[in-house]
Amino acid sequence: MRWQSVLLLVLFGSAAGFAGANSPVDIYQFDSDAEKRRYHALIEEFRCPKCLNTNLAGSDAPIAQDLRRTVHRLVVIENLSDAEVRLYLQDRYGDFVLYDPPFSRQTWLIWLAPFGFVLLALGAMAQLLRRAGAQPQETLSATQKQRLKALLDDD
Amino acid sequence: MSRVSFFLPLSLFALIVGFAYFGFSLGDRHELPSALIGKAFPEFEAQRLLVDAESFSNEDFAGRPALVNVWATWCPTCLSEHEQLMQIAAQTDILLVGVNYKDDVNKARRWLAEYGNPYDAVVVDMNGDLGVQLGVYGAPETFLLNARGEIVFKRVGDVNPRVWRDELRPRLVQMGAVVESFEVGEVSSQQPLPLQPLP
Repeated sequence: MRWQSVLLLVLFGSAAGFAGANSPVDIYQFDSDAEKRRYHALIEEFRCPKCLNTNLAGSDAPIAQDLRRTVHRLVVIENLSDAEVRLYLQDRYGDFVLYDPPFSRQTWLIWLAPFGFVLLALGAMAQLLRRAGAQPQETLSATQKQRLKALLDDD
Repeated sequence: MSRVSFFLPLSLFALIVGFAYFGFSLGDRHELPSALIGKAFPEFEAQRLLVDAESFSNEDFAGRPALVNVWATWCPTCLSEHEQLMQIAAQTDILLVGVNYKDDVNKARRWLAEYGNPYDAVVVDMNGDLGVQLGVYGAPETFLLNARGEIVFKRVGDVNPRVWRDELRPRLVQMGAVVESFEVGEVSSQQPLPLQPLP
C-alpha cells in the first residue's frame, strides 16, 4: 500500500511541475477587484509585439511577460486610467500593440474600404434593377392568347 | 454574355495580383516601425556594467551624437555585429552606449573581455524595464541619437556594413560628427541576419 501512495505522489508532483513550467500565469497583487478586472481586460486587449497574432494575456514570450508586468505597475502602482495605459504602450511600441488601430494616414484605406465595397455593391444593384425595369414587357396578341388558353385547357 | 461579365474574371484576377504584389513587397512583418523616431530618448537611470556603484542616465549623453546598442550574450546576431561596432568605436567620436538587455552580468563581462569592448558605457537592464521604455522587443536593436538626445533612427537587427554605409554613416556626417573615412567591410548581398527572439 505504501509504495502505491508514493508512486501517486510522484505522479501528481511531476504533473504539477509541468503545469507550472508551461502556463503563462504571473502572480500579482491587486488592491481591489476592480483593478484586477482592469488589468485582465487590458492584457487581453494588447497585442504581443514579438508574436504576430497573440495578445499579451495569451503569450509566453518574455517580452509579453515584461509588458504584463509593466501594465500591472501602471494600473496598481501608478494608478493610470485605461486610456493612459493604452497611450503609454502606443507611445513605445506604436499602433502595432493595439488590435484596434486608430484612423490615420496609414490606416484610412482599411477603415474606409468596407464602405467603398458597400457603395460598389449598391451601385451594381441599382444598375441591375434599372436594366430589369427597362426591359420591354412581353405582350401576347389575341391569337396567341387563344392558343395559350387552348393549351392550358387541354387537360 | 455582356462585355462586363467577359472582363470581370480578368479584372478580379488583376486585383488579386495587385494585392498580392503589395502584400509581398511590404517586407519583414517582424520589423515594427519605431514609435520613438523624432522623440527625446526616454529618461532613465541604470547601473553600469563595468563601473561599480556608478549609474548612467540620459543626461550623460552630453551633447554629442550617440549610438545606443541593445545587446545580450544570448543573442548570436549581437556577436556577428560586434566587429562593426568595434570599427565604429575606433573611427568616430560619437558616444557608443551599450544596453545589456535581460542578461547575466557575469556572462556579459566575460563576453566583453573576450571579444573587446566597443562601448563608452554599458548599462545593465536586467529585467527589461529600460527595454520597455525604448519599445525594444528583441536584440540587437540600435538607436541613433542626435546631439540634442533625440532618436533619429532605429535599426532592428544587426548593424552590418550595409546599414553603416547607407543608414548610420550619412546621418552622422550630416550631424557633423567626426567620421574617419574608412573602408567598411565588404557589403555582402546576403540577407541581413534575423532579429533574435528573447531566450
